[in-house]
Amino acid sequence: MTDTTLQSPAPAKVKVETPFQRFRAEFFESRIAATAFFVLVIIMALAILAPWITPQNPYDLAQVDVLDGRLPPGSEAFAGYTMWLGSDGAGRDLYSAILYGLRISISVGLASGVIALFVGMVVGLVAAYAGGRTEAVIMRVVDLQLSFPAALVALMLVAALGKGIDKIILALVVAQWAYYARTVRATALVERGKEYVEAAQCLGLSKTRVVFRHILPNCLAPLIVVGTVQTAHAVSLEATLSFLGVGLPQTEPSLGVLIANGFEYMLSGRYWISVFPGIALLLTVASINLVGDQLRDVLNPRMKK
Amino acid sequence: MRKLTAAAAVSVSVFALLTGAASAEKLTIGLASEPTAMDPHFHNLGPNNAISYHLFDRLIAQDEKQRLSPGLAVSWQPIDELTWEFKLREGVKFHDGSDFNADDVICTMERAPDVPNSPSGFGTYLKGKTFKKIDDYTVHISTETPYPLMANDISTIPVISDSAGCGAATEDFNTGTAAIGTGPFKFGSYKPGESITMVRNDDYWGEAPIWSEVDFRPIKSGPSRVAALLAGDVDMIASVPTTDIGVLEGKGEIQLSQGVSNRVIYLHLDQFRENSPFVKGTDGSDIKNPLLDQRVRLAISKAINRNAIVDRVMEGVALPAGQLLPEGFFGVSANLQPIDYDPNGAKELLAEAGYPDGFQLTIHGPNDRYINDAKIAEAIGQMLTRVGIKTAVETMPRSVYFGRASRGSADGQPEFSFILVGWGAGSGEASSPLKSLIHTYDKDKGFGSSNRGRHSNAEIDAKIEEALRTVDDEKRQDLLAEATEMAINDVAIIPTHFQVNTWAAKKGLKYIPRTDEYTLAMGVVKE
Amino acid sequence: MSVFVIRRLMQALLVVFLMSVIVFFGVNIVGDPVYMLVSPDADQADIEAAIRRLGLDRPIWDQYLLFLKGAAQGNLGDSFIFGEPALKLILHHMPATLELAFSALMLAIVIGIPLGLFSGLYPDNPISKGIMAGSILGFSLPTFWVGLMLILLFAVELGWLPSTGRGDTATIFGIETSLATWDGLRHIFLPALNLALLKISLAIRLTRAGVREAMSQDYVKYARAKGISTKRIIFVHVMKNIMIPVVTVMGLEFGSLIGFSVVTETIFAWPGMGKLLIDAILQLDRPVVVAYLMIMVLFFVVINLVVDILYSILDPRVRLQDQGA
Repeated sequence: MTDTTLQSPAPAKVKVETPFQRFRAEFFESRIAATAFFVLVIIMALAILAPWITPQNPYDLAQVDVLDGRLPPGSEAFAGYTMWLGSDGAGRDLYSAILYGLRISISVGLASGVIALFVGMVVGLVAAYAGGRTEAVIMRVVDLQLSFPAALVALMLVAALGKGIDKIILALVVAQWAYYARTVRATALVERGKEYVEAAQCLGLSKTRVVFRHILPNCLAPLIVVGTVQTAHAVSLEATLSFLGVGLPQTEPSLGVLIANGFEYMLSGRYWISVFPGIALLLTVASINLVGDQLRDVLNPRMKK
Repeated sequence: MRKLTAAAAVSVSVFALLTGAASAEKLTIGLASEPTAMDPHFHNLGPNNAISYHLFDRLIAQDEKQRLSPGLAVSWQPIDELTWEFKLREGVKFHDGSDFNADDVICTMERAPDVPNSPSGFGTYLKGKTFKKIDDYTVHISTETPYPLMANDISTIPVISDSAGCGAATEDFNTGTAAIGTGPFKFGSYKPGESITMVRNDDYWGEAPIWSEVDFRPIKSGPSRVAALLAGDVDMIASVPTTDIGVLEGKGEIQLSQGVSNRVIYLHLDQFRENSPFVKGTDGSDIKNPLLDQRVRLAISKAINRNAIVDRVMEGVALPAGQLLPEGFFGVSANLQPIDYDPNGAKELLAEAGYPDGFQLTIHGPNDRYINDAKIAEAIGQMLTRVGIKTAVETMPRSVYFGRASRGSADGQPEFSFILVGWGAGSGEASSPLKSLIHTYDKDKGFGSSNRGRHSNAEIDAKIEEALRTVDDEKRQDLLAEATEMAINDVAIIPTHFQVNTWAAKKGLKYIPRTDEYTLAMGVVKE
Repeated sequence: MSVFVIRRLMQALLVVFLMSVIVFFGVNIVGDPVYMLVSPDADQADIEAAIRRLGLDRPIWDQYLLFLKGAAQGNLGDSFIFGEPALKLILHHMPATLELAFSALMLAIVIGIPLGLFSGLYPDNPISKGIMAGSILGFSLPTFWVGLMLILLFAVELGWLPSTGRGDTATIFGIETSLATWDGLRHIFLPALNLALLKISLAIRLTRAGVREAMSQDYVKYARAKGISTKRIIFVHVMKNIMIPVVTVMGLEFGSLIGFSVVTETIFAWPGMGKLLIDAILQLDRPVVVAYLMIMVLFFVVINLVVDILYSILDPRVRLQDQGA
């Protein structure tokens, strides 16, 4: 076990190959991962290009008309364009709304995921490595956090600061960092006891170096598992907060808000209002996860054949 | 049926007979919101009052249109300017077999305003009233000033038993030991969040219900409630979401009942601040509050397409509103119609008032209080934006919303400039919204308590106050109608629509809709 | 060891105290509970009377001191909404939530671990790919969405299971639970599955990752070389190694299951404390929110304590430290 982890960067193979090239080749070995990667790229592109490729700006109330509400796919809007995916209850063209919503949801999911991961990782590592009083304090704060429902955090933020993307990101970070912290700490505790850490310490390496260069890489595998799950989960958590009325603003719907709105229509026979945003979310989350899985396999030194 | 009931009264084991009898029929109802206690005086709240209707009678009953009819009192009338005489029904028995008489009334009226830990009691309806027992079946109620709404107020108070209920705590009602009333049903069991069961009172003085057993199940989530009905787990549900009405209508095995409620959805506009926090110029700068100008308010009213709200947002299940209560209620005006949608007229009015390019406005509303509230706010935002008033929409949970809307600003005043709210007239007549929403905010007299726009017009105030002193029904009705007309012409508030409530039952059952939105097992009839 | 446990419990008290401060003042920011309580007919005098009765007219720190005084005597305050002691309300609703979370956890372990094991052992098998794809479904769609879908499919369309509510209960081992009756089991299956979905996915992924990693390690190669049967390698050596992290994580997830029961309980009209909490949050019933969260944080501290102790037993490399010593 120890020998693999202590290995310095793998000795160059016969063929001259940059690390990136090797990484790319390994990543695209899996056809599923490759497909997922391209789907993700397309989704990202659609989201980024949304203002230029949609007939309606769903955030501009002057362009949204409740008289266009609940039209089935293929209907013509009053303004003349065709609503290929139909419209929702407020009269938003679902195709436009989903693309705009994707922008918000992806940025919310990624931003909150990355920030929470970073915060959690640092806190967890510090706890595991420092031990003693520091660890005790940190882990009790984690306990506190884990028992604190995201809905309440969001409600407090909404009440104190109003609704908005930044507040939702903050709420999601607050709700999620503790998961990472706990995972990292649990893994790091095991790693800390291993010989290679002792060896590194004996070599007189600084604490920071031991933690980040030696312990951290060995904690990455579970962290990526939790990370991909949690990032994806952030998007659906955001939908849940909207479902509870403390999510993003009604007039600037994210994918989560669209899904929460669609919930009311699930029995109504107007399948498009709930199904299309659901499919969009599913595709996004699935591709993020498949890419994440493959990343983990490729990056994890122990999985190398 | 009646004979059977009489026989049951003689028999000791009513239960055995009930379960054995052919008339034993169970009804399961899915409710959207559940009561907070079985104590009828604990919380003056719709769900609590609806449940207490089954177990406890009032002196005066409100029928499905909130018209008053004899309950435990057979007659009531003023005997002088300040005193009302109530004659009580004789021969009525409580569920425990004891007789009903004036002592029960007196102790009820003492307990109702003053239940320990009660979040909101019935004191509102009882203050200023003195109760006096004349004989076992006569009670006098006196006030300090002439008071026309005596019957309406008294019709809200559930009567409990002197021996079993008056000395009891809320907990005793929840366990059932004190939940002894004279109502058509007897207490069965109460499991908060899970179910409330009742059994028929075969000795009921009025028409005995057809259901021998009723089970109320709280199912808060709308789609889940509909699913429970479709799956056959419940026989009837209250508060059918508007989105599902279309689909249920098409199903042969489901029967819908709809009825307009006493609830008007309306907009309050800031009419007390020179600088309103959520009104800005087109460039985002501070401007003098345009909502102070009647023409601007009228322009907003004209810009709102009420039919579109009803058809598109409410899926046809609502009525456009032109005043405070729908047709048929006491004190409504025959002259008022919903304001027509007229975007060009609105633009002209805005130009006339000096806002040819409009201004910026934020509409605030709750997102979990009224039927489709957030969607309505959004639709209004769209409509106003189209006539040049660039409107932002902000909706929030009612826990955050009402506190801020009532006294959220630093000086304890309403925080918002333009809000979506609703008002249900509990008394079933027009003085209720006039007194609370239109009358000048006056803490000492208790007027204008929900006047969150702080509209103030001395003439209207005088008219309302006069109505509230006038005992003569006909005169009062006219005064209320006049006050309403003045308020609408002044655009004190902008009514948008009246809520229509929908119940759905499995085929063969029908619910008689109630304007007070209550769901009562007595109203479920077989077809 | 006992010093360790005592220290941890002391810390727990501190955390509970901290929680009460945050929640007490936090809920106070959110809004004004009075408007959630009074009847719309109430006039200004009634509203003020209600404010006084609930003690909301006092300064917030004063209210907090009063609360602490009560808490010291085991009284966490009366619910604004129900008028009953908050603690009693929570304890009343707790069994329903615990049995739901427990059932969900069991489902997650029973379904998740075997599937994860299979897909870890045969990563290239189409079935494994299907399992992994399915596991993505588990956490990519929001709980409320999936919950309603489950109701639509199993209760409305197929009519196999009841749509909402808790079924009959019976008492076994002194606990009243719906797990003891057939009707109760029928009622709990859908909500438990709904709640378990995320955890099933998590269990699949953790197990699969663990298995794949273990299979490539030296002890497995060595065991193979020694000619030990594949079955034995998997079920004795590999399982033993991966079960520790998997079970630990799943155990810790028990707490989050309780936290997440909020949505499931709302959709399935399950009379548990999650629904009590969300209603209390939405109606600003501060005493219930405060009491609930204080109990929850205590619960988490204890779970984590137990997990740490188990860790030290299962994995001798981890030593319990007398922190702060």
